[in-house]
Amino acid sequence: MRLGRVVGRVVATVRARDLDGEKLLVVQPLDAARRPAGPAVVACDVAQSGLGDVVVWVGGREAALALRRTFVPVDATIVGHVEQAAEAPPLPPRDARGGK
Amino acid sequence: MYLARVIGPVVTPVQHPFFEGRTLLLVRRVEPDGRSTGPDRVAVDRVGAGIGDAVLVLEEGNSARQVVDDMKAPLRSVIVGFVDEVEVDGKIVLAADGRAEDRR
Repeated sequence: MRLGRVVGRVVATVRARDLDGEKLLVVQPLDAARRPAGPAVVACDVAQSGLGDVVVWVGGREAALALRRTFVPVDATIVGHVEQAAEAPPLPPRDARGGK
Repeated sequence: MYLARVIGPVVTPVQHPFFEGRTLLLVRRVEPDGRSTGPDRVAVDRVGAGIGDAVLVLEEGNSARQVVDDMKAPLRSVIVGFVDEVEVDGKIVLAADGRAEDRR
């Protein structure tokens, strides 16, 4: 699971039938220093999230398991609303980390 | 699985029911030589890890569900071990107390 921030919402009138009724939010993944980490994703939500919230989200098959219907075409779901989380100093730039 | 250090707790008052009563910890991946490389993940703790601890993180949904014995659990990242030390080529490259020492 990862940290993220809700930065927007998605309106998609035409969608797979199994996605009917699911709220779609734009989530910017964050690292432990609350800096953007990777491309934004569109996620479903089971934690009553709103714009600007810091959240925990899960990707992959598990994203669908978090929903009421568990066999749906979803690959990211917000599973927790973060009230407080430890912070770590930012990671050095990728090319300065060496190795992989 | 990979090696990581525990950064600290994550408090989520509103969450999927599965996470109720479970400890969520923020962890940062480290290389065996102790370098912090990231990425950072939020993991369910199964070993009672604390801040700064070196831990073993599992990041695969099916295995994670087996660990918590719930095949419907919406989780992917689990702390499954507490690392005492990592030895490579006869050297302690990562130790629980943060000390890496030459032990040849």
